[in-house]
Amino acid sequence: MRAFRAILTREFLGYFRTPLAYVFLAVFNAFAVSLAFFIGSFFDSNIANLDRFFLYHPWLWAFLAPAAGARLWAEERRQGTLELLLTWPVTVWQAALGKFLASWLFLATALVATLPMALTIGWLGDPDWGVVVSGYVGSLLCGGACLGIASLCSALTRSQVIAFVTGFLACFALVIVGYGVLDPLFAGIIPADKLGWVARIGLWRNLEPFTLGALDFSAATYFISVALAGLGLGTLAIERR
Amino acid sequence: MALIEALNLTKRYGSIVAADNVSFTVDRGEVVGFLGPNGAGKSTTMRLLAGHLRPDSGRAKIAGIDVSTDPVGAKAQLGYSPEGAPAYGEMTVREFLSFAADLRGLAQGNQRVQETLDLCRLDDVAHQAIDTLSKGYRMRVGFAQAVLHDPEVLILDEPTDGLDPNQKHEVRRILTSMAARKAVIVSTHLLEEVEALCTRVILIARGRVCCDESPAQLLARHPGKRLDEIFRLLTA
Repeated sequence: MRAFRAILTREFLGYFRTPLAYVFLAVFNAFAVSLAFFIGSFFDSNIANLDRFFLYHPWLWAFLAPAAGARLWAEERRQGTLELLLTWPVTVWQAALGKFLASWLFLATALVATLPMALTIGWLGDPDWGVVVSGYVGSLLCGGACLGIASLCSALTRSQVIAFVTGFLACFALVIVGYGVLDPLFAGIIPADKLGWVARIGLWRNLEPFTLGALDFSAATYFISVALAGLGLGTLAIERR
Repeated sequence: MALIEALNLTKRYGSIVAADNVSFTVDRGEVVGFLGPNGAGKSTTMRLLAGHLRPDSGRAKIAGIDVSTDPVGAKAQLGYSPEGAPAYGEMTVREFLSFAADLRGLAQGNQRVQETLDLCRLDDVAHQAIDTLSKGYRMRVGFAQAVLHDPEVLILDEPTDGLDPNQKHEVRRILTSMAARKAVIVSTHLLEEVEALCTRVILIARGRVCCDESPAQLLARHPGKRLDEIFRLLTA
């Protein structure tokens, strides 16, 4: 337990040892807020909710979760510290879980920093706080799913750039598949009446119920499954190095 | 009692056999020098013993514990410093050693960290980020994390690489002072190091152990020749 806690703490604080943390938090907040205001016309809706704020979160996570997750294993490989970490008396799974949770906690920090958005609608109107909370829960789960993919990509390479680009592409595919953009690609392979199922793996499809105030069980299962699959496969890749 | 056991260790990379049926044991009190040309399989053998690589066949035991069936148990008895002494460069020396102490679950971790800083003469740079240190200090940090928990088994991959003569002497002094209580393997290219430090020499070429004897016996193979000449004769 002490080893697990040590890894988690080191990884989490590791973000703040480099400019990465501050750049990340600034970019996340700048985009989260400006997308909601300028593209989502946040004020024009005249409704005290965060729908238009959360609407863009799958795009944000697709871009920024791989940025936060790229270093998890790639950096260990590049520095040669993977050999050190894995010859210390810890299991690969302990290390992987510690790293993943530290990174997820960091994503949560970025979300917490957007709380002034929630406070603003609270000041301007009378929002349903349950809906606000479930929106944040959904967004955090969505970020976790993207982070699972990112950690898998990071486990497969020693280059953070490659880890970021492949992670971003995979997450990006999960965003656009939900809007039917990739349907022509699948048209020949999957019967037309089943195409709707493909769209269900889109990130926004699964985040939407949360922003409407529903703690959707199947959507939560989806996000957690993607996160665990990425985490599990990445850990196997490290174990079989 | 044999603290390090390599039993028919074999590791292949495609068609290349990096370790070919390597077997030997190291007892307490022995300091074994691993010699051999670059790419001969020294680091591969050390990685197999340290549990970083899985052997294709054969077994490795540290303090009697099988590395593949109980890796965590075996690694707890082992101090290992990989080639080039990698470390988390953004951490300070003290943070890094404290982190290693936490991962090893050491009781009185802070006290052990301080003792190790003193032992390896790192106290002056304890609060500096490892990235900012000179190579000599970085190598000593790698050595320090390996001896932090006072392990029974030490495996050091080129611990004196890139050190100046004084620093080399210092590392050898520390190793000699603890050698009686431990089983030690040191890989090196410095033949004078073998004569100064090692009680036994294992010469590896093309993945195979081609000689396993004391430095005196090795020298006696070709009377009148120096160790580097014998090295060339055996490995060229």
